[in-house]
Formats: sequence, structure tokens, C-alpha cells
Amino acid sequence: MARRENSEINAGSMADIAFLLLIFFLVTTTMDVDSGISRKLPEKSEDTPEVVIKEKNILDIVVNRNNQILVEGDRQVQVTDIKRIAMDFIDNGGGLSAPKDGKPGEPCDYCKGAKDPSSSDHPSKAIISLQSDRGTTYGMYISIQNEIEAAYNELRNRLALQKYKRSYKDLLRDYKDSGSKKIKEKIDFLKESYPQIISEPEPIK
Amino acid sequence: MSKFKKKKKGLPAISTASLPDIVFMLLFFFMVSTTMRETDLLLQPIKFPSATEVKKLEHKSLVSTIYVGKSKDARISGDKIQVNDKIIDVKDIPSFIFSERALRKEEEVKYMTTSIKADKEANVGTILDIKEQLRDINALKVSFSTKGTNIRSNY
Repeated sequence: MARRENSEINAGSMADIAFLLLIFFLVTTTMDVDSGISRKLPEKSEDTPEVVIKEKNILDIVVNRNNQILVEGDRQVQVTDIKRIAMDFIDNGGGLSAPKDGKPGEPCDYCKGAKDPSSSDHPSKAIISLQSDRGTTYGMYISIQNEIEAAYNELRNRLALQKYKRSYKDLLRDYKDSGSKKIKEKIDFLKESYPQIISEPEPIK
Repeated sequence: MSKFKKKKKGLPAISTASLPDIVFMLLFFFMVSTTMRETDLLLQPIKFPSATEVKKLEHKSLVSTIYVGKSKDARISGDKIQVNDKIIDVKDIPSFIFSERALRKEEEVKYMTTSIKADKEANVGTILDIKEQLRDINALKVSFSTKGTNIRSNY
């Protein structure tokens, strides 16, 4: 008897099915990862005590509806200047920090600023106030937020490199990978050294 | 007739058995690397602002998204707010967040983030109104969606 040859199974339709599934996924899904500037809104509380803040500890940034930026009420600047101005202001270290846990205030020993007595006392006291007009475009608003964020990140980064020989970004990544407590402490220390205090007063009508 | 059969003429068919394997490989790649599209946008396509200091939004299931942009209908001016396939008023945002919260476990509520996807031409006033509403109901974690790194394109 002659040996019958093994006939092959036709797998052509299998490819069709797979293609169908593939096309379905191509159409219904998106590839992009969502990323953005994250912010924590201030909590709403009825009985906030009136705090007296010295004028020199506030960096006033005002944006009008023509997307013009005014710093400290008299200087018109470009968005790209804000990072520099914010860094100089936060890092000034002209005075003492706020007394904490009964300890008296200390001068900022890690600041490298000009120590100008007319600018902010200490990073923990420096407040950036961003007032915008209702008609300001969102793109401009995000740019300014981005520049302020960049100023804080650069300062934290500088301190991180000096103290831990690692950049702030690397520390954050390491923490995400390992979740170790030690790295968390370092990050918390950096965040505490340059705390982000941004206030957004009511917009100009 | 000779003992040796003459070979059939013509080429044998090329085996396509490995084609499905390749397509399946592609399929799995797309299944793993993509996410389902959640909503149909009723607004004009959003042009995101750019930023360099961005954070990736993690835990997709804990994110509720608010879209802000112009209406597709050119006659309607001003910013429109869209959530879940419908255009709503600023005043309806708390109820939207509450309905989102109701779907999550209680211990997860404090990790919930609101992602604001707004067009770069939108007015800050609208965004501030949304932020005010979110503050009122203690939904404090927000993320302003951005794309790209060239901040000069923002204005």
C-alpha cells in the first residue's frame, strides 16, 4: 500500500481571525500615557487664622488677559525669566526660618542666594503668589506653573547632588522602584528644605 | 509506465501557518501596550499645553477625567466642560466626582485624582471655577494634562 501523504491543515483563516482582533484593538485603544503637572489643592477650611505675612516673603506674579506677566507689581517679564526670578527669591535666605517645635529660627545654611534683606527670609517662608485674570489663556497659566515647578525642582536637585550625590529625579525614581524608607527620608528632607508654597488668590475679574 | 512517477509540475503552496503566529504576536503587543479609549469627545480636538516638569499619571482606575475645550458647533462660543460623554455645567462637577467615588472602594477614595484635560486656548477662569468646585468637595488631587515639552508653543 502506498503511503498517504500528510495533507496540511489550512491555517489561512486563523490569520484572518487574528487580524480581526488586531484591528479591533488598534481602533479601540489609545497608546499615550497620561502625564501632566500635578497639584494638590489647598483644603477648604472655614476658620483659617489670619496670618500676617511680611511683604518681602511673597513673590507676586500677576498675569493679565493679554498674557503679560508682571512680577512684584512693577516689572514686566517673559515666561522664561520666571524660573530664574523664582529661584533667586526662594533661595535668598536673607533671614531666619520660622521657629519650629519650640526651637528658634535658624538661618538657611544650604541657601546660595544673595541674602538680600529685602527678599525672602527662608525657603520655608517664601510664598509664590500667582494671580491670573479670568481671561488668561490656559497655555500661559500652565507655562508659569511649569516654570515655578522647575525652579523648585532645580533647587531640590542642587541640594540633593550636594548632600547625597544623587539627583532629585534619581532619588524619586529609586524610591518608586524600591520603596525603601531611607530614600523616602531623603526625599522628604529635600521637600522640607524647599517646600512648595504657592498661593493663588482670587482672579482679577 | 515507468517505475518512477514523474514529479508534479508547479511549485508547492507556500505554507502560511506562521502568519497567524506573527499576527498574534502583534495583537498581544497592542493588547499589552495600549489602554481602552474611554470617552468620545464631544468637543473640538484638544490641543494640550506643553510642560517639562511633568509626572506620569498612575493608577488609571483611580483617575476621573474632565475635558475642557470649545464646542464642535462653531456658533457656540466659550469653554465647555465634558465628562463621560456629555457636556455639563461647572455646578455639576461635584455630583460627577461623587458618582465616581461611589464606584471605588472607600479606602481608595483618598488616592483618587482628577485629571483636567484642557485646551491651551481655554480661559483660566473656567479652570479656576473647576478647581473651586473640586476644593468644595475635598477632591484635592488634580493633574493638568500636558503633552510635549516645548513650552514656547503654549502662547
